[in-house]
Amino acid sequence: MMAQILGQLKPELLTFCAAIAVILADLIQVRGNRKWIGWFSAAAAVVILVVTANRWHDLVRPVPLWGGVMVLDRLGLIFKAIFLLAAAITAAGSVDFASQRFRHIGEYYGLLFFSVLGMMLMASAGDLLTLYLGLELATLSLYVLAAYSKISPRSGEAGLKYLILGATASAVYLYGASLVYGTVGTTLFSTIDSRVSLNGIGPGLAVGILFVIASFAFKIAAVPFHMWAPDVYQGAPTPVTGFLSTASKAAGFAAIMRVLLGPMLDAASGWTVFVIALSGLSMIVGNLLALAQRDIKRMLAYSGVAQAGYALVGIASASSLGALGTIFFLFQYLFTNLGAFLVATIVGLSTGDDQISSYNGLSRRNPGLALAMLVLLLSLGGIPPLSGFWGKVFLFWAGVQSGLYGLVFIGVMASVLSLYYYLMVARAMYIEPAADRPTIRLQPSTMVAVVVCVLVVVGLTYPGPILNLAHEAAAAFF
Amino acid sequence: MIAHPLTIIVVAPLIAALIVMIVPRRNLLAIRMVSAVAAGITVVLSAHLCYSYLGEHMHGLQFIDRAAWVIFPGISYYVAADGISLSLTLLTALVIFCGVFASWTVVHRTKEFYCLLLLLVTGVFGVFVAQDLFFFFLFYEIAVLPMYLLIGIWGTGPKEYSAMKLTLYLLVGSAFMLVGMLGMYFAAQLPVGQPRTFDLTVLSKAGYTHTFQVVAFFLLYVGFGILAGIWPLHTWSPDGHASAPTAVSMLHAGVLMKLGAYGVLRVGIGCLPEGAQAWMWLVGAIAVINIVYGSYVAMGQRDLKYVIAYSSVSHMGVVMLGLAALNQVALNGAVMQMISHGIMTGLFFALVGLVYERSHTRDIEAMGGLARQMPGIAVAFTIGGLASFGLPGTSGFVAELLVFLGTFRAHAGSYLIGGVPLFAILAIGAVIAIVVTATYVLRVLQRIFHGPLDEAKYGGLTDARTTEWVTLVVLGGLLILIGIYPSPLTDLIGGSLGQFLRP
Repeated sequence: MMAQILGQLKPELLTFCAAIAVILADLIQVRGNRKWIGWFSAAAAVVILVVTANRWHDLVRPVPLWGGVMVLDRLGLIFKAIFLLAAAITAAGSVDFASQRFRHIGEYYGLLFFSVLGMMLMASAGDLLTLYLGLELATLSLYVLAAYSKISPRSGEAGLKYLILGATASAVYLYGASLVYGTVGTTLFSTIDSRVSLNGIGPGLAVGILFVIASFAFKIAAVPFHMWAPDVYQGAPTPVTGFLSTASKAAGFAAIMRVLLGPMLDAASGWTVFVIALSGLSMIVGNLLALAQRDIKRMLAYSGVAQAGYALVGIASASSLGALGTIFFLFQYLFTNLGAFLVATIVGLSTGDDQISSYNGLSRRNPGLALAMLVLLLSLGGIPPLSGFWGKVFLFWAGVQSGLYGLVFIGVMASVLSLYYYLMVARAMYIEPAADRPTIRLQPSTMVAVVVCVLVVVGLTYPGPILNLAHEAAAAFF
Repeated sequence: MIAHPLTIIVVAPLIAALIVMIVPRRNLLAIRMVSAVAAGITVVLSAHLCYSYLGEHMHGLQFIDRAAWVIFPGISYYVAADGISLSLTLLTALVIFCGVFASWTVVHRTKEFYCLLLLLVTGVFGVFVAQDLFFFFLFYEIAVLPMYLLIGIWGTGPKEYSAMKLTLYLLVGSAFMLVGMLGMYFAAQLPVGQPRTFDLTVLSKAGYTHTFQVVAFFLLYVGFGILAGIWPLHTWSPDGHASAPTAVSMLHAGVLMKLGAYGVLRVGIGCLPEGAQAWMWLVGAIAVINIVYGSYVAMGQRDLKYVIAYSSVSHMGVVMLGLAALNQVALNGAVMQMISHGIMTGLFFALVGLVYERSHTRDIEAMGGLARQMPGIAVAFTIGGLASFGLPGTSGFVAELLVFLGTFRAHAGSYLIGGVPLFAILAIGAVIAIVVTATYVLRVLQRIFHGPLDEAKYGGLTDARTTEWVTLVVLGGLLILIGIYPSPLTDLIGGSLGQFLRP
């Protein structure tokens, strides 16, 4: 019995082993070139990804574990794949950064894996407490990672800020969960589900769920819970920021979907207003604030706030198409945004600052890198035929199908607005003169990571296969 | 017969762009030749298609290529062409062919220039032949976006401002389109059992409710109209065209603005006939404002490029007026005007580029007597000018005559103002404005090419060079050829208009 359950949890166990392995590796080899640890981590993440993907056909039906405390299903798998891909790309993209900026390399990758493990738990949670455990494991690792650059005071500030605000969000979550437990008498999703469909949703449960959602809105940096994002994104080491902005955001969405589209689906008419407000505000505020940024990481932070707003359109639709849209969007966003942060890592390493003016004349200094960044930014802006376009289209589509015309209109107009600041970076790269900025050399590891991101972003011009997977994953709810 | 001709036309520039990307930066000749060959292929192929479409008396959509793209929402790569698509494809091919030659002297970052130019053209071809609404939109955006960098890097004057303004205006337009499009997808009343689709042929037969048609047509009209330069949303166009480098102005004013009008025709009028009927008074009225306003403002400009840019605003008004009239004659005229204006404006911007390259000024008042130095350019400019105000024997005459004839009789009995049909008033207003057009065209011709020559400043100027002659001869010749013998073109277009006319 135990062996069978452990077999089901192979991806999680392997992630745990990988985390321990890289930490030990650092202990064994204290000096010398430790770049291989980064490569090893990336490879390990890919191997775990393959193991995870292999489970796809076993999980035609959801498998509850320990009476439903964890639920293994295709939705969980696709999110786990997102986290692992993010970890693999981040690891490959961190090889040079880590060897230049960090002393404790093994722990860096170890924490990355622990964070992934926490996110995996969140994606498979079938109980409010499992969700909490996953949330804490994921964010505790991320607090440390955000503060990992010991020489930079900004990084320390970022870690502290993230810790304090994150702890507050956790408290809010726990309070909400206790309200839910108080009214329904259980924290198990399946039981909450049957209670809700039986008795409807009372005030206690409503407030409790609202608190829970608010704490996840913090996690995905949706307005008005986005305050931490720009400072933390700016201060944290750039590869960590990339990971934070993609995997961590996806984990927040996994949790939101688990709660809202799972037990709370029958009460959709109650919570959609709240999600619509979060979504609309995020799209408007995120894009408006991004316009004024001069620092690429802050700009991408606000753009990330806006992107969370787009993805929330899918949740607000509370439909199969909406869930599909959100999953597909998060999948493509992983590559698009992580790719952009990797380019930011490279440029930041060679110029020493993250101002948008550091990108001046990038098309002359390194044409390939500039082209990559251009493609990634246009994808973020939702320009066809790149992946970001498809991501947004399915979301807006779901919105129109559910009659959210106003929200979709805001989304479409906000995308136009967003193009302004994405094009400002394009302008710096292609139109501004190079001045006396240094040329940029690419290390193989980061180059591989960037190329993978760009290829996926371009390759998703044909979105069919991934869309089918997302479709099957969304069947978890509908 | 060539297999998949339309796909080849769409993909040829894209492949050329990829080839250009790997050609070494310094090998300018190879870069230009690759671009010219790709453009040449599209010219030959689209001319061949037009010829066989006419010669074999085809009708409806032909040369179909189709492949499912994303199955469950019903998006497919579906290209096909009727007479209208074919004639506009040929126009695009001709303008890009000439545009490649007109840009022969671009030496600053040549490789990137041609890459972007070819990418843009891929989008334009795609829009004209796409019969799937989704791909239509996709190609549309591909056609719009490279413009930002093309103007931003190679433009003149306040180029960054113009580039950003143009891009944002057009993207706002596409946002309107996207909302209208998704609405059309969901509101289509399809036969039972038929899955939802973006197929334009299916959507054009789908019954939409009257209210929906009225709302959706307005969205599409605004969305496409921005690109077609409708007043008061036209302000991106003069700035953008004046700042853009020669080939980009040629393509943008010559072809891209037509995408807007084509969209109104194909998607708006084709799929939402009742909505079109309901808004035609507005479309027609704004079209006449375009004609009058554009030509008056053009008269007041000193910058040669602004004159041409505002004349485009005015001429696009003629196209929109023809569309508003909604009858066989006027629609034929509207499409003819798209082609005529495309060639004419392409020629104009090419000539402005040539004159500017030599005289280093675009100020009309500063030039004079240049005809003695550059007779070839002066002749070509005169031909373009005559076509611009519709002198008989030029393509402009055929197009404008058809539009005005059709408009005068359009919607007889409806939209009465004091007993007089609105469209008759509109037609009269538009015809009068042509006099203004004649005034500013002749003024420009006289100031630049005639009068005393400033020997000290302009004495050493030369006429067009070899590669530049290509542009002048092809485009100038076509203006006259169509003017004298328009029937192949009017037949090609007229045969495909039936679908847009409802009893």
